[in-house]
Amino acid sequence: MAERFTKSMARNIYLGGSAFFVLLFLALTFDTQLRAMPERDNREELTEQVVRGKHLWEKNNCVGCHSIMGEGAYFAPELANVFDRRGAGDTEVFKSYMKAWMNAMPTNIPGRRQMPNFGLTDAEIEDLAAFLEWTSKIDDNNWPPNIEG
Amino acid sequence: MKYESQRVAMPYFIFALILFAGQIVFGLILGLQYVVGDFLFPEIPFNVARMVHTNLLIVWLLFGFMGATYYLVPEEAQTELHSPLLAWILFWVFAAAGTLTILGYLFVDYSTLADITMNKLLPTMGREFLEQPTITKIGIAVVVVAFLYNIAMTALKGRKTVVNIVLITGLVGLAVLWLFSFYNPGNLATDKYFWWFVVHLWVEGVWELIMGAILAYVLIKLTGVDREVIEKWLYVIIAMALITGIIGTGHHFFWIGPPEYWLWLGSVFSALEPLPFFMMVVFAFTMINRRRRNHPNKAATLWAMGTTVMAFLGAGVWGFLHTLAPVNYYTHGSQITAAHGHMAFYGAYVMIVLTIISYAVPIMRGRPYGNSNTAQIVEMWGFWLMTISMVFITLFLTGAGVLQVWLQRIPESGEALSFMAGQDQIALFYWMRFVAGAFFMAGLVVYFGSFFIKGAASPAEEVRGPATADA
Repeated sequence: MAERFTKSMARNIYLGGSAFFVLLFLALTFDTQLRAMPERDNREELTEQVVRGKHLWEKNNCVGCHSIMGEGAYFAPELANVFDRRGAGDTEVFKSYMKAWMNAMPTNIPGRRQMPNFGLTDAEIEDLAAFLEWTSKIDDNNWPPNIEG
Repeated sequence: MKYESQRVAMPYFIFALILFAGQIVFGLILGLQYVVGDFLFPEIPFNVARMVHTNLLIVWLLFGFMGATYYLVPEEAQTELHSPLLAWILFWVFAAAGTLTILGYLFVDYSTLADITMNKLLPTMGREFLEQPTITKIGIAVVVVAFLYNIAMTALKGRKTVVNIVLITGLVGLAVLWLFSFYNPGNLATDKYFWWFVVHLWVEGVWELIMGAILAYVLIKLTGVDREVIEKWLYVIIAMALITGIIGTGHHFFWIGPPEYWLWLGSVFSALEPLPFFMMVVFAFTMINRRRRNHPNKAATLWAMGTTVMAFLGAGVWGFLHTLAPVNYYTHGSQITAAHGHMAFYGAYVMIVLTIISYAVPIMRGRPYGNSNTAQIVEMWGFWLMTISMVFITLFLTGAGVLQVWLQRIPESGEALSFMAGQDQIALFYWMRFVAGAFFMAGLVVYFGSFFIKGAASPAEEVRGPATADA
């Protein structure tokens, strides 16, 4: 680098640049969280049951195999849209699907990927289903591209 | 080694390498589970092995960063470490907590682990990379704060160099951003948004400061180039890292709820994120070309060059491949993401820790100018085996990802393959990735072997050229 460009100029770019972008990021975060998200994240339907379902999702480390809105592990199917894929967008259909599925695990088919049986009660499975249904209704800019996730 | 207390870095480096080995073992288990689905089921289900694999990585990199800090901060400040005793206590606390957590993952059912660690009081578990029990998270916070106190006290009483200031800024950022791991709202969309404050702002933000500082320190030592020049480069690199990387967080906000303006902001700024990594390549190679001395530790020089190239490829090029929103719409959460993650972490953070280890450990073992020729050659074999294996792991995962997108994402609903049907189609790529992983393990064994090769250390007279006061 040419001598005209001094170390203190470099330092000022670093300090000024990072301060500016930290502040911009904070401003955008306030706009996203306070103005935009209430319109997009379906929070009026965020019931206690959905929150219980989220805790079950976390407590059983579901994200260790599945992805949800594309984040998590890539070993098992995407679940942010499983309500549409397996429940055809119907709460009751989805609940019964979930109960049948969770209780059928593991399949024990030799060589196939296995999902553990988490021993959830029917009420817990309904909580989990409510969480996944709520998640499917977040406005996520139309991701994923198709029903397969 | 100019100060006796720098030696406290040694246990940190040794423990980091032990955990690294564990990480690779679990990586192989995961790689096999991708094709032999019921391998080790139900003893070690995939989610457990993955948690062990990723958490070991995070913890051993933290050990590596801490070891690097204990080694270089006293030397830069030209003073002994404030409290070597505190550094030793923190080592044992962190090592015990880390080991217990990993054993907990392996031997206790995860939901039981949540119960016995009283996750209910402050639920933070069960989120990707943040699976640690809340008590472990608190432990990490306490250890990092005490560590920062020790380092700040050392730096403040001595010479204030740019390397120290940048390194400590990065570490403070790491500690502050960790606090977001304790925020876990019931609203998944909010949870995800702030989850990235830990994950993205660590690896594409403050960790780049840590990497840049360690690299600058090693280059000062190896090349003897004037500190003023190196510090100027360091400032420009970290300026680029933060200017692009902070708003670049937006490339994670495309599909998790935030509004559409993030599609633009995230695409534009993250497309610029390769810049700081490209500058690191130019930095390392220019400094080595302009070297004022031929340091006999050739292995350390190789690591220093290698980390910049691989970080640029993994974080820069493979990141750019899928960072533009119209592309990411199809690739988000596919094996493309996995390909990028592997090479980026290896290139930027694994290799920078191995760089400082390669430079500092021989000195701490009484070989100030590097290991014997034979040991260095073996170490460089380890370098090439691991690095080339990682290139192949990345290429095979990229192949798997492209096919996955082609089969599962691009066709319309009804015509697209289901997730599992698609996985069956790409199994060949997973097999090849597993083989590449086995070669990586072989490289790791060779690398470990280099530590046990005896023989005369590189002699001092090989240091040629005028040494600066610093080098």
